[in-house]
Amino acid sequence: MMKNAIRNTVGAVLLGAFALSGAACKKAAPPSGSAGDGQGVAQTASGDVIRIGEVGSMTGSEATFGTSTHKGIELAVKQVNAAGGVRGKKIELISLDDQGKPDEAATAATKLITQNGVSAILGEVASSRSMAMAPIAQNHKVIMVSPSSTNPKVTELGDYVFRVCFIDPFQGTVMAKYALDNLKIKKVAILRDVKNDYSVGLANFFAETFKKGGGEIVIDQSYSAGDIDFKSQLTAIRAKAPEGIFVPGYYTEVGLIARQARELGVKVPLMGGDGWDSPKLKEIGGEAMNNSYFSNHYSSEDKSPVVQEFITQFKAAYNEVPDGLSAAGYDAAKILFDAMGRAKSLASNDIREALAATKDYPGVTGKIMIDEKRNAVKSAVVLKVENGEFRYQTTVNP
Amino acid sequence: MTLEPKAVSATGIRSLWSWLLAFAAIWLLHFFAVDALDPYFFMILMYSGINIILAVSLNLVNGFTGQFSIGHAGFMSVGGYVAAFLTTSLRDAHPEWMTDSVLSTGIFLLSTWIGGLAACAVGYVVGLPSLRLKGDYLAIVTLGFGEIIRVVLLNIDAVGGARGMPNIPPLTTFGWVYSGVLLTVFMVWRVVTSGGGRELLAVREDEIAAEATGVNSTSAKVRAFVLGSFFAGVAGALFAHYLRYLNPATFDFNRSFEIVIMVVLGGMGSITGSIIAAVFLTGVREALRPLQELTRVDFRMVIYSLMLILLMLTRPRGLFGTRELVDFLPRALRERLLGGKKRSKPEVAT
Amino acid sequence: MIEFAQHLINGFSLGSIYALIALGYTMVFGILQLINFAHGDVYMLGAFAGMYASRWLKLDQEPSLSALLAAIGIAMLVCAIAGFLIERLAYRPLRRAPRINVLITAVGVSLFLEFSGQLVFGSDPKFFPQIFRVSGEWSLGELKVNPIQVIVFVIALSLMAILQYIIFRTRLGRAMRAVSFSHELASLMGIPTDRVISYTFMLGSALAGAAGVLVGLTYPKIEPLMGVLPGLKAFVAAVFGGIGNVAGAVVGAMTLGLAEEFLVGYWAPTYRDALAFSILILILLFRPTGIFGKGRSEKV
Repeated sequence: MMKNAIRNTVGAVLLGAFALSGAACKKAAPPSGSAGDGQGVAQTASGDVIRIGEVGSMTGSEATFGTSTHKGIELAVKQVNAAGGVRGKKIELISLDDQGKPDEAATAATKLITQNGVSAILGEVASSRSMAMAPIAQNHKVIMVSPSSTNPKVTELGDYVFRVCFIDPFQGTVMAKYALDNLKIKKVAILRDVKNDYSVGLANFFAETFKKGGGEIVIDQSYSAGDIDFKSQLTAIRAKAPEGIFVPGYYTEVGLIARQARELGVKVPLMGGDGWDSPKLKEIGGEAMNNSYFSNHYSSEDKSPVVQEFITQFKAAYNEVPDGLSAAGYDAAKILFDAMGRAKSLASNDIREALAATKDYPGVTGKIMIDEKRNAVKSAVVLKVENGEFRYQTTVNP
Repeated sequence: MTLEPKAVSATGIRSLWSWLLAFAAIWLLHFFAVDALDPYFFMILMYSGINIILAVSLNLVNGFTGQFSIGHAGFMSVGGYVAAFLTTSLRDAHPEWMTDSVLSTGIFLLSTWIGGLAACAVGYVVGLPSLRLKGDYLAIVTLGFGEIIRVVLLNIDAVGGARGMPNIPPLTTFGWVYSGVLLTVFMVWRVVTSGGGRELLAVREDEIAAEATGVNSTSAKVRAFVLGSFFAGVAGALFAHYLRYLNPATFDFNRSFEIVIMVVLGGMGSITGSIIAAVFLTGVREALRPLQELTRVDFRMVIYSLMLILLMLTRPRGLFGTRELVDFLPRALRERLLGGKKRSKPEVAT
Repeated sequence: MIEFAQHLINGFSLGSIYALIALGYTMVFGILQLINFAHGDVYMLGAFAGMYASRWLKLDQEPSLSALLAAIGIAMLVCAIAGFLIERLAYRPLRRAPRINVLITAVGVSLFLEFSGQLVFGSDPKFFPQIFRVSGEWSLGELKVNPIQVIVFVIALSLMAILQYIIFRTRLGRAMRAVSFSHELASLMGIPTDRVISYTFMLGSALAGAAGVLVGLTYPKIEPLMGVLPGLKAFVAAVFGGIGNVAGAVVGAMTLGLAEEFLVGYWAPTYRDALAFSILILILLFRPTGIFGKGRSEKV
């Protein structure tokens, strides 16, 4: 009898909790009734704050990228608010975690749009999550600005979807041309991260341009993000005696790859993309990173006040050197705020037009123009790693 | 431990009419009610439905048959990818087919069916060798299988590899998700209350004793596993056409694990328990978001894992054990629902 | 030919990493028949313990063998405590519960360690301080050997020998074997089963801690999720060699290391992570007791 009573209670509690969670969802309904009119009028624009949503991977295996981006965005919000906000309104940032999962990113975007009534969404870092979010932003006609999703398909998913980074085809071209023209090498090995859409895309476009320019891909090897041993790939690469190795991965693995390459006596230059830009690269890779080149959005040696001020303020706020993703997040937020300031009104449609008209915006990651496909057009720089410093080599214009 | 199998009658919940009524109710809701729902709440509702299918079908394996599979997401991905590949290629070849609502629904149902069958086939291949073994090996094999299928998907360019599969036609609707839920619950219910289902329970309680009484335990386990895989595939297809984007990373170990938690929380061997746990956990995940907005840190997985450990220590059979929701109702009501003085399922005396 | 020889060397050095983790796995399984999913995460804890110890004690300023031993000692201690707590709090209360419950708990503990690790240590990869350095490189023409990896290899083999000694030559080892044979029988013979199981867990976890430091030194990047895949692969290695068998675990780990190395080097690098599990399925199909395992039929 007693046992039955306990079970009944447990069942009742469970049901009650479920009912509550349902009620909680309903209670948090959109603050104003204008959600369903299809014009995508920013719902809280009438208040004295503008709500901006952010979706990022704060936990999970890609947490380090989401956290970096978040810091950049947070800094931009702080600065804008300190300067009086946008159109006299303070920016309120609501950040949600997607654990690095596309479906969680979609849910988070839906919540931000329908429950928090955000005027725009910043995110996601990875193209895979951006592609899950984009249809939702598009359906609700809410602006979405991705800081660093480089897959060309992302912005094809809707005309409310923007990005402030360059796309894979451009970046792949930059490094391929640099290898051919400046490093004067013709035989290159590729070591790509198969688990990573960014790495796969970059490797493909690099190979295409490099072959077109008369170069040869002697071997195309791969690893998975999270691996720690790359010697088997590097041994196979060494046997083909390439003059350079293109490693379009993230700094999390590249440092180890460089170390093991040097241990195996592979002294040729390593090349990569903006995923390399992090102080961790120098820390983990150490001396092994010397004689490596990568394409990036900007150089921290750039003396322009925008860059220097960003670096100083970032260091003051987080006590660390910003990486490339922080800079991209910062720019995404800043460009969005800039467009909001210029727009006729805070209606999504007007913000969209203002964003699309962005031209020569002096961002940390370069002078940014948004083209008709809602992609950022900006120049890339090539940096050389030398004794723990990223040395500026050249600028490549699109 | 003894089993007390009881006769099965064909009235109350077991009559076909009550199921058809539920089916009609779902489609009534589909056409007249769900449009008014808040999109966010609707999304939670849809994911709840998909999770119910996953949890109930996994319960067939983990709860009723007493095996321990932690690779359900793998089967889900097979179904999702196969179905999505079919619909997207048909859409690309004949864009006009998708504008016709009847035709596109037909394509969707057919693809979902094929996706389920594909998952079924893979389930057979994985299940046959590993289910012959005793002990915990199934756990590690299913986990490994989940990894293998993920690696294979990463290497298939036709479905985008690591870049994923965007722009899948949005064909999943409320009506289809909950029709799937109904079908899953109906099938699993019928199976576990059938003679074959008794074999599953016998295998769970004592495999050696079951073998001694003439039950082919491997065959029973494989049957449960294959049926569970089929519904996981169906859930994957529904998921793919709802999210409209597939990526191998979506179906990692954590996804499998979430489904396991639902089964364990609801009670291994309780269908209604799985349903409630699936809805509850899907809702809780969203209900915990405000906490995340405040703390900027995501505690959800930490809470989940702690909850799982505590549950195992304090209520090892899950919240409901092997009981169903109707068992908690007052006797008079229960008897009316079940149509006679019968329990919903044989109770295991412990 | 040089390429082949280099692959061989790489394979052994990778195998010795798996071996370090597999040893602890196989011990715990041997005594409890429990797949301790959390083992890979204890190894992660060991790596972090070693990192924080090296930072606080500033061991990296004077890299030496004693610095390495100090870090290993601290990591082993931390992991032994963690192993003790995990066993005491999560597994012991379930001693009489169905196996499936223990397995679910093990998965729960593993996830708990992974995600609280992300909260406590932060999710960004950390650099493991270089607390031990061997000057120069060891090479034979094109053949390159990392001295640290030779040391890891030697340590793996000596740990195996020490474990063999403990299991077959000491009182504790005899008690362990008795408990592994039958808990009830052992306790009837006056063996404190719970205490023996505790010791086994502590020993296994301490081994994982040592592995964490050594891996951190060889591959100086550590992160909270670093234990997931190596843990699973080490388990496969242990099954391959016959789970519960110490020498088998080492042989299995070396085989797995070599198999991965040659698969990646010569055939299909993208299928690396699928290999271990394919091996697992094959071995379970054809020889479920592993290479050196003894068959034991289930009793009623």
